[in-house]
Amino acid sequence: MASGLYSQHLRDPKVRVARNLVMGIFLFFFAAVVLFPLVYMLAWSFGPAQEMSSGSYAIFPKTWSLDSYRYFFKSNQYSVKWLWNSFVVAAATVVSNVIFASMAGYAFAKIRFKGGTFLFFLILMAMMIPYQVTQVPLYILFVNKFKMTNTFAALILPGCVTSYNIFLSKQFFSGIPTSLIENAKVEGATQFRIFRSIILPLSKTVLAVMAINTFMGSWNTFFWPFLVTSLDSMYTIQVGLKTFKFANGTLLSPMMAGAAISALPMFVLFFSLQKYFLEGVTIGAVKG
Amino acid sequence: MRSKAPALRDRRFRITLEDLNGWAFIAVAMAVFIVMTVYPVASAVITSFQNYKPFGAEWVQFDNYKTALTNDLFYKAIRNTAVYTLITVPLSLVIAFGVAVMILPFKKKTQSVFKSLYYIPAVASGVAMSVVWLWLYDSSPSGLFNQLLAFLHLPTQNWLSSSKTAMLSLILMSLLSGQGSSIIIYIAALMGIDNTYFEAAELDGATFFQKLRYIVVPLCKPTTLFLLVTGIINSFQVFMNAYMMTGGGPDNNTTMIGLLIFNNAFVYGKYGLACAQAIMLAIVIAALTAVQFKVAGDDVEY
Repeated sequence: MASGLYSQHLRDPKVRVARNLVMGIFLFFFAAVVLFPLVYMLAWSFGPAQEMSSGSYAIFPKTWSLDSYRYFFKSNQYSVKWLWNSFVVAAATVVSNVIFASMAGYAFAKIRFKGGTFLFFLILMAMMIPYQVTQVPLYILFVNKFKMTNTFAALILPGCVTSYNIFLSKQFFSGIPTSLIENAKVEGATQFRIFRSIILPLSKTVLAVMAINTFMGSWNTFFWPFLVTSLDSMYTIQVGLKTFKFANGTLLSPMMAGAAISALPMFVLFFSLQKYFLEGVTIGAVKG
Repeated sequence: MRSKAPALRDRRFRITLEDLNGWAFIAVAMAVFIVMTVYPVASAVITSFQNYKPFGAEWVQFDNYKTALTNDLFYKAIRNTAVYTLITVPLSLVIAFGVAVMILPFKKKTQSVFKSLYYIPAVASGVAMSVVWLWLYDSSPSGLFNQLLAFLHLPTQNWLSSSKTAMLSLILMSLLSGQGSSIIIYIAALMGIDNTYFEAAELDGATFFQKLRYIVVPLCKPTTLFLLVTGIINSFQVFMNAYMMTGGGPDNNTTMIGLLIFNNAFVYGKYGLACAQAIMLAIVIAALTAVQFKVAGDDVEY
């Protein structure tokens, strides 16, 4: 399994063991450094819900309780709804991306139609445009023209089919043998039937990866929800957390509890679907 | 029955079943693409030549661009973004590459454990991470980094509020929290290198570092280029850490382009100026990407 990069040492097991031990210790140490902020967040989220007099707190809290979580949820009557809002937005964004981005990706990969090459090229170009360019016009469109501030539609629509997801599914579908589709056509299947009964069942992994990445992106996004929500009943959890931070900047434990609450659903998702998360990182990159 | 010649002539214009299928499949995606991407880009270009008002904008030609280009803060933001990018992006690549090489000799299961561990910080949101790091950088002696300095018998610092250390703090945060994906991508690239290269090198008596230098680094070039391009693009748009942690301060020493555009648009309501700056940012990103692909190699395939 090991790469040939290291194989010269394999002849002497002692050297190999020593080498792996040194590298393993280093890797664990570096991982501990990288993970420390999250450990700190989780530990202090169980700390007391009061101000720390400067210079008095250690690396970990002395007493542990759920007070800070209670404090966070009590700080705003809508704090539970923030989680719900985030969930609704993320779920709707996922469903619409999985359906419509994959359909478009399939058309660009396997259907020869007029304008297809040009439109796909446009989408590729669009992926390079920084989001700052589109934010101001979108803001004017949704807030000033459509008057859609504080609606789920405003939170969901801008991300409901992303160029990246079209690109990702097109890359994947291109790898499916065309003969499979031609055979089905000969037997009289319509393109929609082919897509539903042949292509989708072959693409579970890429669709799962798309769903997870989209969910994570939507759950964690701050900028757009911040622009189109002004009522705290319509905040997403990230906007809520930011607002909480600016109001309670001096309360260490409640802030850590808030951060933990915003991050925990993603941690749970990550630990239950690790394989797809990790696969998602390479799927997008290798054929980039 | 029709003759063949007109049919051939007409083919370009005739709508086939496949055309209809294709258009039906992309219809929703294209509608979204047009409203959420094409229209905003066009509108941003137009707005950048206007003094935007909710009712009737006024054309000001290149005034917004002139204002941007004669504003010291704009250059300061460019410099800050450049400093941030020039330090974080290359260092991130070196760290990710080093860690990936070290993970390589372990068994597949161990590799997965390390990949997961390094990826976890990427799962938490930028707001959550900023909230946590804000406290790690707390300027009181209890702040974690100040405890570390005290332990090393060094004077404590006002990490985020001193012009000496504010940018450094943001850079350090970026280096210590954002390597997961790059590590995973590098491992995939390393695993993809054919073992015959190493066997041949070994027959010639190549050392580990020679193999690294003459086989691994060149063969990972496409991956490095990909990470470099995406890293720079992301770094140029960075917004969250400056917005949440320093607010651009002290004395605008951490105001990045992304934050400047945000402030111009949504704090000061100067939509035209913000659009002009955003379009200049887009042009710079496009130019840099093109240059990178030109410079970094003709042997790179995508």
